[in-house]
Parts: sequence; C-alpha cells; structure tokens
Amino acid sequence: MATTIDEVLLTPAPEHDVPTGRSWLLHDSWTEALRHLRGMRRSPELLMYATIQPIMFVVLFVYVFGGAIQAPGYSDYKQYLLPGIFAQTVLFNSSFTAVGLADDLTKGIIDRLRSLPMYQEAVLVGRTFSDVVRNLLTFAVMLGVAFAVGFRIEGSMAQAVSATVLLFAFSYAFSWIQALVGLSVGSVEAANSASFIWMFPLTFVSSAFVPVQTMPGWLQPIAEHNPFTIVTNATRALYNGLDPGSDLWLAWAWAIGIALVFGVLATRKFASTTGK
Amino acid sequence: MPAVVAEGLVKSFGNTKALCGVDFDVERGQILGVLGPNGAGKTSAVRILTTLLRPDAGRAEIDGIDVLEEPQRARARIGLTGQYAAVDEALSGHENLEHVGRLYHMGTAVARERATELLERFDLTEAADRVVKGYSGGMRRRLDIAMSLIARPSVLFLDEPTTGLDPRSRQSVWALIDELVRGGTTTLLTTQYLDEADRLADDIVVIDRGRAIARGTSEELKQQIGGELIEIVVEDPGDAQRVIEVLGHHACGDPHVGDDQRTVSLPVFRVEGLVPAAVRELDAAGIAVHDVAARRATLDDVFFALTGHAAEEEPMNGETRPPDRSGDGADDRREAGVAGDGKAGADGDRVVVQEAEG
Repeated sequence: MATTIDEVLLTPAPEHDVPTGRSWLLHDSWTEALRHLRGMRRSPELLMYATIQPIMFVVLFVYVFGGAIQAPGYSDYKQYLLPGIFAQTVLFNSSFTAVGLADDLTKGIIDRLRSLPMYQEAVLVGRTFSDVVRNLLTFAVMLGVAFAVGFRIEGSMAQAVSATVLLFAFSYAFSWIQALVGLSVGSVEAANSASFIWMFPLTFVSSAFVPVQTMPGWLQPIAEHNPFTIVTNATRALYNGLDPGSDLWLAWAWAIGIALVFGVLATRKFASTTGK
Repeated sequence: MPAVVAEGLVKSFGNTKALCGVDFDVERGQILGVLGPNGAGKTSAVRILTTLLRPDAGRAEIDGIDVLEEPQRARARIGLTGQYAAVDEALSGHENLEHVGRLYHMGTAVARERATELLERFDLTEAADRVVKGYSGGMRRRLDIAMSLIARPSVLFLDEPTTGLDPRSRQSVWALIDELVRGGTTTLLTTQYLDEADRLADDIVVIDRGRAIARGTSEELKQQIGGELIEIVVEDPGDAQRVIEVLGHHACGDPHVGDDQRTVSLPVFRVEGLVPAAVRELDAAGIAVHDVAARRATLDDVFFALTGHAAEEEPMNGETRPPDRSGDGADDRREAGVAGDGKAGADGDRVVVQEAEG
C-alpha cells in the first residue's frame, strides 16, 4: 500500500539531465514501433479487413475480367495481373500511416510525445516501420491467395526477393507522403479519405491491370510515366523471370526520391504540429 | 530562481493574437492557476512552455533552462497532461506507463517498477493489465496524469485536467491534484472553472484575450472588488434596475444583474448592518423583494469585475463572442462541453464586449 509520506508522487528525480540526442533514434523508434505492434496484435480483425480487399480484387480480376483481358507477352493473364495487385495492395496499405498519425494527433498523443525528451523524429520512424510490418503480414496472406488461384513465381529466388524488396521500398516511401497527410488533416475521418482517394487514379491509370497500349492515346503517356507503372513493370518482370531493364533502377530512383523529399517535409511538419 | 518563467509571450495564428505579451512565473513548490475563458490563450501559453509551440516573441524557462534554446533539456524536466487523456487505447495501463517511461530514457526495469507503483497509488492496480479502451473517463484521466508523473518531473503542467469529466471523476481528480500540491510538486494548472482555481491553486493569474489581467491569491483577487457582496433577488425582473438605483450608493464596484434577471449583486466593502438597511430602503421604494443576503465574493465576481464579461460565457452564442476571440483554435473543441453547462444560454445581456486592459 502507499505510504503516508507520499514518496510515490513526490520524491523528485535524482537526475533530470537524462541523455538525449541522435543516438536515441533507434531506441525511441523501436519503443514507438513496439507500441503500435502491441496494439496490432490485440486487434487482428483490422489486419483481416486489410486483406479482404486485395483478395476480392484477385478474385474479381482473375475470374470476372480475366477472360476478356489479353496481356501481350503473357500466356496467362494471372501472371500479368497479380504483381500489379501486389503493388497496389502494398501501396494502399501505406494509408495506415496517415490514419494512425491522425489518430494519435486528435487524441493528444502527439502533444505528449513532443513534450518528452525522446528523439522527436522517432515518432515518424517508429510509425512507418510498424506499418511495414503490418504490410508484410497482409502481403503474406495475399501471396497465399495468389498461389491458390494459380499464380507462379517464374523467376529465380533472387529475382523474387528483389521484386518484393522494391515493392516495400516504394510503399515505405509513400508512407512518408502519408505521414505528411496524417499530420496535415484534422481528423481520422479526413485522413481516411485524404490518404486513399488519390491512390485510385494513381494505381488504375497504370499498367497494373491492363496494358497501357489499350488505353486512349491521350492517357497513354500519363500511364507510361506514372511511377506506379514503372514499379509494377519492374516487379512483374522479376516475378516472371524476365529482364526488368531500366525500369528497375528507375523505380528505385522514384522510391528514394519520394522518401527523401517527403521525409524532410513530414519531419518539418511534425516539429510544428500540435493537437487541434 | 522560479521553476517556471514566462516573459512577454506573444503568439499569433494568422490575424488572431492568441497571446499579446503574457508574463508570469511559478515558484518552486507552488501551484499556479491560469484562469480564463475559452480562447483566452491558456493552452497557447502551456504549449510554449512545454516546447510544443514557438512564440513569436518572449522567453520561457523551466528551472532556468531556456525552452527555446534547449528544448530537450527542458523536456526532461516536465510532465504534460493535455486537454485530452493522451493514452493509447490499444495498450494496457501498465504498458502505457512503461512506454512513456522508456521515452523519458528511464530504462525498462525502472520504468516498469515506477509504472507499478503509480498504478497502485492512482488506484488502477486492478485495471493495470486491462486494455485502456475499456477504461472510464475518470480512469483514463488518472492514468494520463500518472503518465506525466512517471519521470518525477520538476514541473507538472495540467491543461484543463477536469474539462469533460463527470462531477464524480472531477472530484477524484481534484483530490489527486490536492495531494500532489500538498506534497510540493510545482504545478501549472489551466482551467476555465473558477471553483477549480479557487480550490487548487496557491496563486491565480487571470488571462483574458491573450493578456494577464490580474495576479494574486484567490483572497487577494476577491479583495480587489471589495471581498463581499450583497445580493438581492426581486420578485419582478423589471425591478432589477430600480434596485441598482436605490442601493447603488452602498456599492464599491459595478453592480450586475444575474442570468435569471432577478438577482442583483452589489460589491461592498463592509457588509455589517447592510442587509437590514437594504431591506428598509427597498421597502420604502416599494420594490417587492424575494430575498436579500450577504455573501463572500467568488472568483466569478472577480472575473466579471476585471473583464466586464463572465468567465464561463456561452460560446455558441455568436453575439457574446467577438470574432477576435476565436483565435486559440485549440480551445474551441471544448465549446460543446461548456454549452452543456446549465448556466449557459441566458448570458447574452450580461456580456459586455469591451477591451480588457491589465
């Protein structure tokens, strides 16, 4: 039981000059990531919902549209389509970053974290890292469904790994865009829409579902230069054991470029963000 | 050396001045109540002192550390409890505490031990391993305050700690703050509730529209307007102005008519013998009186005397709220809660829109 002289509350800390600084980036990021991972473990239903949409897309596109869509160079549409769905799902999942940050922001958690002597950017690093873990789990489920409908990895192990790493690097870069979105909007509901809506045109006006050549002439250049097309083409080639050519390094350049630009923007935004 | 120094704090959001040069300090072991209505600038001041917001001008210190120059050192010394219970709903109470402790760089074992003792102290031991999602509002608030105490901060900031709580939880949070204060934790408490400042704070700074307009103990502030009042309740609201005409010569400050239009309050220096005199004079004037009583001034009276408007005014009523007041957006979220207060609504004529100068 508590003592009468209330030492629990009142004894001042012997040392308030706790160590701080850059060396705490990893410790603090991991602490924050652990907070999210613990929460995730407690609500597996969220993970389930995150996998329902991609499963639905696989089934719809393969069985409903699959017969009508021809993909030149591929004997089976599934081999063409599924890498596109992988890319889209992994990218869509980056919106968890926006929603999670907006949630922390509206609950005052960001205010508290910013008042702690932690390495401040760790809040964003921890968040984006835990979202990658969540994304990997979704991806594993989706890969299982893909195999079930007849998708096969035709490339080497190294190529498959290279494709998967590229997908996650691209999605990670996008989670920094989403971090900026989450810190900029005022509510979880707004973060939900603001993080999601623009990804529909981004992922559909691309080579993910149909070859760009089948689109109207004015749309083709847009689709061709869409970074999502480049990433999809590179991963599709690798999963199918083909040569991705310049798409591979172009896709990496996009991922690194987006991560750098939005990493800086989101970090700056974070340093001046307070709850609404 | 004061534990907290705020000097000449200025902060604007767009065209809105949230703070127009606020000064105050808090001595070690003291609890300072920062009292003011929604949008007065209380939250902005707390956010500057807790490193969340950079002022446009001014200086802020914690234990002599300039929070603008060395925010990390300042952060190691403070605990912040914001307007909302900043708890992670997906974690247990114990995990929430441990998590914050680790971010104060306490070390996992120390953080866990400290979490356990705080949970026990805050009556949350039974709920320690339950997920916070199932906690009541009062439990969340207690956990939240415990989280801000985990590193034994040198200065504790409580930003409207009881706003949004039901009366019972409010009482239990008050009891908790009482204990902290008695034990000597240096605390800066903001509140829009006069009774809260009256009950908890050693010293009160009244803030209105970005300015500190008065400072003193609750008693000193009450003395400023005479310390005592005589209150007359008339049968017919139409007689209220006549009461002021008849009894105005006894008053030492501006009389005012209450929300019900029937209660007239007159600040006076000496209340002795005044009640019978007032009854005689009102009787002679032929005014039907329901009740006449003497009472001690409350902070509500002080706030009215200082600013010309009530502290807990009705913010949803546009006329009572000049546009330049909407500034501190952070405070606006609270409006619904205040509007729910039964007193609101009739405040319209009581609120005189005028510049309050310190």
